[in-house]
Amino acid sequence: MKQYRHLIRPYLIWSLVLVVIPLFLIVFYAFTEEGNEVLTFSFTWKNFARFLEATYLNVILKSFWLGFITTAICLLLGYPLAYFISRFSEKAQDTLILLVTIPMWINMLLRTYAWMNLLSDNGIINQLLGRLNLGPVSMMYTDFSVLVGLVCNFMPFMIIPIHTSLCKMDKSLLEAAMDLGANRVQTFWKVTWKLSMPGVVNGVMMVFLLAVSSFVIPKLLGGGQYMLIGNLIESQFISVGDWNFGSAISMILAVIILISMRLMQKMDKLQQEE
Amino acid sequence: MKNKLIELRNLTKNFDDQQVLKGISLDIYENEFLTLLGPSGCGKTTTLRIIAGFEEPSDGQVLFNGIEISKVPPYKREVNTVFQKYALFPHLNVADNIAFGLNLKKVEKSVISQKVERMLKMVGLSGFENRDVTLLSGGQQQRVAIARALVNEPKVLLLDEPLGALDAKIRKQMQLELKKIQREVGITFVYVTHDQEEALSMSDAVVVMNNGEIQQIGTPTDIYNEPENRFVASFIGESNIIEGHMIRDYLVEFDDFQFECVDKGFEDNEEVEVVLRPEDLDIVEPEHAKITGVVRDITFKGVHYEIMIETEKRMYNVHTTDYAPVGKKIGLLFGPEDIHVMCKMGAY
Amino acid sequence: MKQMRANTKLQNAYLAFLFFLMYLPVAIVILFSFNESKLYVSFSGFSLVWYEKLFRDSAMMEALKNSLILGILSCAVSAVIGTLGAVSLSALKLRSKGVLEYIAILPLMVPEIILGMVLMAFFYMLKLPFGMLTLLIGHTVFCVPYILVEVKASLALMDPSLTEAARDLGASSWRAFLDITLPLVMPAVASGSLLAFAMSMDDVVISIFINGPRISTLPIKVYTQIKTGVTPEINALCTIMLAVSLTALAVFSIFRSHKKEENRDEEQIDRASEPDQEL
Repeated sequence: MKQYRHLIRPYLIWSLVLVVIPLFLIVFYAFTEEGNEVLTFSFTWKNFARFLEATYLNVILKSFWLGFITTAICLLLGYPLAYFISRFSEKAQDTLILLVTIPMWINMLLRTYAWMNLLSDNGIINQLLGRLNLGPVSMMYTDFSVLVGLVCNFMPFMIIPIHTSLCKMDKSLLEAAMDLGANRVQTFWKVTWKLSMPGVVNGVMMVFLLAVSSFVIPKLLGGGQYMLIGNLIESQFISVGDWNFGSAISMILAVIILISMRLMQKMDKLQQEE
Repeated sequence: MKNKLIELRNLTKNFDDQQVLKGISLDIYENEFLTLLGPSGCGKTTTLRIIAGFEEPSDGQVLFNGIEISKVPPYKREVNTVFQKYALFPHLNVADNIAFGLNLKKVEKSVISQKVERMLKMVGLSGFENRDVTLLSGGQQQRVAIARALVNEPKVLLLDEPLGALDAKIRKQMQLELKKIQREVGITFVYVTHDQEEALSMSDAVVVMNNGEIQQIGTPTDIYNEPENRFVASFIGESNIIEGHMIRDYLVEFDDFQFECVDKGFEDNEEVEVVLRPEDLDIVEPEHAKITGVVRDITFKGVHYEIMIETEKRMYNVHTTDYAPVGKKIGLLFGPEDIHVMCKMGAY
Repeated sequence: MKQMRANTKLQNAYLAFLFFLMYLPVAIVILFSFNESKLYVSFSGFSLVWYEKLFRDSAMMEALKNSLILGILSCAVSAVIGTLGAVSLSALKLRSKGVLEYIAILPLMVPEIILGMVLMAFFYMLKLPFGMLTLLIGHTVFCVPYILVEVKASLALMDPSLTEAARDLGASSWRAFLDITLPLVMPAVASGSLLAFAMSMDDVVISIFINGPRISTLPIKVYTQIKTGVTPEINALCTIMLAVSLTALAVFSIFRSHKKEENRDEEQIDRASEPDQEL
């Protein structure tokens, strides 16, 4: 199919100019510091060394911890949902999956803002609690409020890939497993769960990526003091203006994410080969 | 003698390190129904794709009317293809699928619709013009694919296992119809299949291929009755293949007996292989035959019985309308014309 | 049997609970767009005042216009680049193909915040004035992969003998591309573009890094307003947008099921009128 060779050019130019070069740019920034004179740069490890300071290490640990928890909750809540949906008739499934995606059509910021109003000290939930004489519970600007925001926002990204892989599954496999003597629970763990692994891996990767690097939701629901790696990057670029350090953090985040994705894919492959 | 239309000269084709064609030479004549027959992976489809122009041969020549065409792109060849899974364009209706080639040639609209109508009539789908091709049955899609190719009035129609996806009953009917269409339009059909029955019932000439090589070229009768080697004999129909040697012309020895035969031209005492078709064998009382044995198994096959007979040397497969109970001692009878002597595989 | 029914009930209750959680913020957004008071705390009475104000708010209308222009333009550009990229990538047999495919989805795997910051640094270096142009270029970075992935998936499902058939019937490779490949991947291009459009309309993270001081898109408007307090005008706007998309979806699906039914009817007529076409 040589005839399509020239068609690749626009795409090549686009990916080179807008993906490859800019990404190299942050590598460049991360390893340099500005010299005394204009347009002089010198190589340095300093930006990475700075990262080992306790404050920054804590930020990255907290980000990954929060990403991990969000992913776990999304999986725990989302898998059963996807599984139940896959047991409906085909038409009903289409509708239910559509229902899962519709909330995403409302601006993410607005939905987060709605959560702010639900969770705040004199917000709707606390008003209801107050009527029941359960006193106000302070929920805003805590890990809890951030988690609620993250989980509710990213849940569809877990449900949809899992549902897709459950749908693709040949239903006669389940019948075969039961026929061969597996009970419902065994059938689920030995067949359904195993075969839905690609969807689970996809969903986990997507939610983790989104959660670990999120910065708008933590900022709104966690308050100004709530520092995650995304907020750190933003502040380095926008308010502090230290692009070199900001680039170093970005690079570390990107590398960790890309490596963990590769690992997940490898694990998935290994499991399927088993 | 008819004119040669396509000549393949010593074609080879390599995919990566694998040689899938090992020197194919073949003449295809005008107005001929030629079948490339062989097991999967024998190179028959590759040969077809080279004729169509989808593959370039690694070496060798493809001549069309005496002109080398192996570098000519498919859209400039006077050849059209019916694909294995039909490859009907799902976004076009029946008429637009058939008109595809004519539209490209900028044929006048009124002429196109006339031709499309004629084609649909020929394949028995009149009135189907505006149908969605994805909603047609397998047999109907097949007809549309044939019409789409034939409307361009090619000199040669290539068919790549076109009946493979159809069920048995429709397949039988389509075989007859394809043959009828070929006679009607009077062009060359090159047909690829792994189904020997299909090949024998439809073709003027059969090319048996295996492992990227041509094993035998001949009429269906020749191929069936006079297989040139063990591969052809075992691939086409059922057969008892027995090692033996030619004593001299018209006399062959196997299973310790000598038999008169109609074959000649072998060297004296040459090692050969003998084919006995199961339906050519008869069972008689043991004293009337040279080779005797015991019935080990008998299966009713509708028209005939398939009887497995164990002799001193081997198991014989016999198709006969006579019944013989398991355990009965019987003799095997066959005449000189039932014995087909062929060269031994290695020596070929 | 009883146990089964109990299971179904439990299952439906679970579905209802999770959908409640997911729709709670959506309901709040819609509800408060009809609220009389500006305060978000309680619903004081039904009113359309915010819808009225919305249409008179020129800044808000400007932001909406910018968002729409940006979404449409970046999708159009991305559709061309992404489709060509997908078609050529799946046709090529290069050793570097794996790398190219990896690069293709890289923007979806790199966190948005990094993309935004990288693009900001890049445009700054190129001395491009921040504004509509930088937004447009920036948005293609994540729009192209969405379209490319969709188109590539649909190409993978396409029977390769279709283009061969076209060439066999006399089409040059260019014509085969235009007449066969392109129409067949069009649904994928459309659905990829739709997704990309939605992403573009909703993007705030990348946009806040690369928008200029004078230009504002809808999400940016919301983002800056959240700091000072959101007026229900935005709720009203988002409610309208949701209503428009839902209506479009409904019309589309009714149209599609209608078409399906028509085909089914036709099929049944065939079966009745020509019972033994095949036999």
